[in-house]
Amino acid sequence: MNNNVKVLLNGIIKENPTFALLLGMCPTLGTTSSAINGMSMGLATTFVLICSNVVISLLRNLIPDKVHIPAYIVIIASFVTMVEMVMQAYIPALYASLGLFIPLIVVNCIVLGRAEAFAAKNGIVPSLFDGLGMGLGFTIALTMIGCVRELLGTGHMFGLSIYPESYGMLVFVLAPGAFIVLGFLIAAVNKLRKS
Amino acid sequence: MAKLESSFKNMVVSLSVIAVVAAGLLAILNNITSGPIEQSKAAKQQEAIKAVISDFDEIKAEEANGLNINKAYKGGEFVGAAVESKSANGFGGEIKVMVGFDAQGIITGYSVLEQKETPGLGTQMVTWFKPQGEKTKSLLETIFGYEVKTIEKNSSIIGKNPAEVNMTVSKDGGDIDAITASTISSRAFLESVRVAYAAYAAANDKPQPTNTDANSGATTNGGL
Repeated sequence: MNNNVKVLLNGIIKENPTFALLLGMCPTLGTTSSAINGMSMGLATTFVLICSNVVISLLRNLIPDKVHIPAYIVIIASFVTMVEMVMQAYIPALYASLGLFIPLIVVNCIVLGRAEAFAAKNGIVPSLFDGLGMGLGFTIALTMIGCVRELLGTGHMFGLSIYPESYGMLVFVLAPGAFIVLGFLIAAVNKLRKS
Repeated sequence: MAKLESSFKNMVVSLSVIAVVAAGLLAILNNITSGPIEQSKAAKQQEAIKAVISDFDEIKAEEANGLNINKAYKGGEFVGAAVESKSANGFGGEIKVMVGFDAQGIITGYSVLEQKETPGLGTQMVTWFKPQGEKTKSLLETIFGYEVKTIEKNSSIIGKNPAEVNMTVSKDGGDIDAITASTISSRAFLESVRVAYAAYAAANDKPQPTNTDANSGATTNGGL
């Protein structure tokens, strides 16, 4: 059990997919224009990560080595399509703002990376915790970036007005702001990790 | 259990089984969700109509100038229409809006159905052309007890009749202030409003709008 906690924390802190591994930059930059969007994207990815990790770890001895990547991609794509359909059916408002990025979870390096590096070599329970940890790490990172961008860009945080919108710096809502915020947050996290 | 070796038979069988199982599961889920997806699309349409026309009990769909017009009736009396209009001249492609008119042709409301404008700039069209409502006080303003004045702008299209008001941006000699730093998006939005009114006027024998280009839908007066 202790080992599972270690795997979980590893994904959130030591090998945080966004701040330490720098994986999955496309959704990181694209969906974080507001805190709620970043968090939703993170949670959708977490769901896919957990499911694909568990299933791949379950099937790891039944998939011959030479075809493992196509097999993994089919499994991951199925879960992504499920997320997409369920979101479109029951949370249409969220689908409207994230719709474009959901199919891209398929090619998110984090998901295939964890399938290759962890789930293909470990049992079901550790794989589940690895998916959960990596997903939560990704979610926390995206939510942080989203918070900073939303606050500096529009004066809001999770939709709550903190200071008047007319003082917001628009650049932080646009693409360049995503790079700036990501750079400063990586620097801050690196500093904290070293000390 | 030992890992399956990569023989031809093993590879074909394992990939096929995975693909078939995945396809089967997705087909089942598709069956479950296709109903709600259709429903949510239809509900979105209905909500858009309700958002732009206040009071009606019956909707009759019509077509004029190639646009869908949802004529609204209350107790058999014509109270207005919600026109689904569009413009291909947005900054990021097509813009689709629903514009509501009352029986006199005065704009009662609008809602943006689809747009791909720049986030934070062109996307402001969702609220920009509505009247400036009560300002919600931000947290810092509440704590320090001061208030930041909002800039006066003449950007609302609600309560105006396109037959009398020139629905183009002030830069082009019109009566509506464009979104700051998003003139192209504003032009496209106002074009779709003019196109909507032209269709409404054609369907209801109303005077055509003041600006002559409204029927053709051309907007490029002056360029940038």
